[in-house]
Amino acid sequence: MNAREEILHRVRTALADRPAPPPVVRDYHQAGSRSVDVDVFAERVADYRATVHRCGASAVRERVSQILQERSIDEIVVPVGFPADWTPTVRITHEPVSVEQLDRVSAVLTTCSLGIEQTGTIVLDAGPGQGPRVLTLVPDYHLVVVREEQVVAAVPDAVADLDPTRPLTWISGPSATSDIELRRVEGVHGPRTLDVLLVAP
Amino acid sequence: MTTFLGMPTASPTTHLRTGESFPDAARTGLADSQQRHNLQVATTTIRDKRARVVAELDDWEQLRAAGAAIKDATLAELPDHLERFEAAVTARGGTVHWARDGDEANAIVTRLIQATGETDVVKVKSMATEEIGLNEALADAGITATETDLAELIVQLGNDRPSHILVPAIHRNRSEIREIFRDHMEDVDPGLTNDPEELAGAARLHLRRRFLSAKVAVSGANFGVAESGTLCVVESEGNGRMCLTLPRTLITVMGIEKLVPTWRDLEVFLQLLPRSSTGERMNPYTSMWTGATEGQDFHVVLLDNGRTATLADPNGRSALRCIRCSACLNVCPVYERAGGHAYGSVYPGPIGAVLSPQLTGVKDNPSLPFASSLCGACYDVCPVAIDIPTMLVHLRAEVVAAKREEHRVPTAEAASMTAAAWTMSSRRRWTAALRSLSLGRVARRMPALPPPLSSWARSRDLPDMPRETLRDWWVREGGDAAPDSAATPTPPSPSSAPSAPSAPSSSASSASEEDGR
Ligand code: SF4
Repeated sequence: MNAREEILHRVRTALADRPAPPPVVRDYHQAGSRSVDVDVFAERVADYRATVHRCGASAVRERVSQILQERSIDEIVVPVGFPADWTPTVRITHEPVSVEQLDRVSAVLTTCSLGIEQTGTIVLDAGPGQGPRVLTLVPDYHLVVVREEQVVAAVPDAVADLDPTRPLTWISGPSATSDIELRRVEGVHGPRTLDVLLVAP
Repeated sequence: MTTFLGMPTASPTTHLRTGESFPDAARTGLADSQQRHNLQVATTTIRDKRARVVAELDDWEQLRAAGAAIKDATLAELPDHLERFEAAVTARGGTVHWARDGDEANAIVTRLIQATGETDVVKVKSMATEEIGLNEALADAGITATETDLAELIVQLGNDRPSHILVPAIHRNRSEIREIFRDHMEDVDPGLTNDPEELAGAARLHLRRRFLSAKVAVSGANFGVAESGTLCVVESEGNGRMCLTLPRTLITVMGIEKLVPTWRDLEVFLQLLPRSSTGERMNPYTSMWTGATEGQDFHVVLLDNGRTATLADPNGRSALRCIRCSACLNVCPVYERAGGHAYGSVYPGPIGAVLSPQLTGVKDNPSLPFASSLCGACYDVCPVAIDIPTMLVHLRAEVVAAKREEHRVPTAEAASMTAAAWTMSSRRRWTAALRSLSLGRVARRMPALPPPLSSWARSRDLPDMPRETLRDWWVREGGDAAPDSAATPTPPSPSSAPSAPSAPSSSASSASEEDGR
């Protein structure tokens, strides 16, 4: 018997008493059962010490440029598929970018797949305007644009909307650790600064 | 014992036991007041945070019940789920390997790394690779594995052992960490202070070059989805993302119990885990990927290492529900005082007291099922409702049975249980025993007992006995005298005292403060 066959055989032997699989009762709040409050989303994102900015649909480019200026960022990586009319006036580095370039430029601007109100989470799925996973990982600064209509109520809504076969990154605030005396410290390996621009329809 | 091919077997792996018994190891932990202080501060903080975020969800109990049911359902049909998972991963360009035990898993990982020609790998904190001693096995093969989780790095640099599932360096405070960094990090700023931000910054610098140049990474996984082949890693720092994303080759080692049947099932666990574990609504980063992603070479090693032996016990298999959140450690009065090292296993605390002997077999870990006061705080907080106290009692019975099998002559423990039964079975003997205890109420310490009971008695106080037994009071108040109540007292064996070990202190009650949410 090879290892595969032997383990499967062991599992079957272990289950010789034939336990019946219990019914899974899903009487918790399911996808689609709750309405969305974008203000709560904004609060919860801010709870993680990310900075939340808000603007109307027509003001995105202006607002992005302003945020970058306030952060003294004059060069930023922008992935393929990022809306042209949102692209700011600073120097842009386009894909493909090497890890070394990402490390040097150290700032990235992306869209996202969705936001989760209940947990203040933003999910990237490497779709248009989001780039491969490494793009939002190596730079020290990440500015993500979230349209209000992309915000869903809770985790079940997000799971229902997402495609598991895409590479997914769920982001809840900047990189953090609680490894020293269980005290939260922002900024270990991922971006130390996370700015979120929430765009009203 | 004869083992037949295909029989569920316990694991021979040494990182689940040290050979030292819990009471002996706990004495070292108890004597370390610095560690006790660090642990108390840390676990109090995390308990409060957890209670707050759990109270936010009005459907917590429903989520908890669903989590337990999903895990039980998965285990009941595990062969199907394993095969479906394998097929899905393979269909998306990944390679699935199977490992009967730790040695086999270590050999597979070593071979995969050697095939890349690399001698340096980066690692994401993973209980499974900790359990099988992967780092040591790799070192023997000339491969350097760098732990990238901050706490694991502290443990690795300090040549230390992990003492907590989630925060392996929880026993170290900031000043101790600064000393470890100063002494063992070759590129560290000698002016490093003990400010946690500075310490985290030092780790960032130390690891960044390694991340950016790493060609191979080894990770664990929190969940594997059978229907899609998706793997999920939940983390905080971003070191996980670094390891999962940057290297060309990714090797994931995962216990066979980590599967959930459907993608949808994650809607339950991604609510249960972060709130139970770090007390956050969501952890900073969760990564999910399916098969070979973004051009990577991807391997997953499915690990048995004693899990099938655990599964074979109908009264013990629910331990395999565990999602390693560590909530049970953080509420445990025994863990808080003895510390994680006392358990002698990479799985400390209440779940470790159950899982370690299950994985190794009780004969190799006979003291751990007794490392608990059975207060029940662990059950209350467990997000998958594992009834740890009941399982500990079940394992204690197994230990006693195993001992009985080993020794033809009864052990002192078995003898004292027989004596207790003899005393309690006669009203006269029982009354006499009670009365003599109430007379002796000034002597609060247990009297000296022969080994092995001496060690049991050493760590216990007798509860205050009332001045008068209920029977004597009944007679004095004019109730019907029991005919044998005036019998001459004979000194009872203290082991026959009907006293439970002293109740756990306040920390246990604070743990269940979110009950009734
Ligand atoms: S036994 Fe329950 S509480 Fe303890 S680590 Fe496992 S899942 Fe968490």
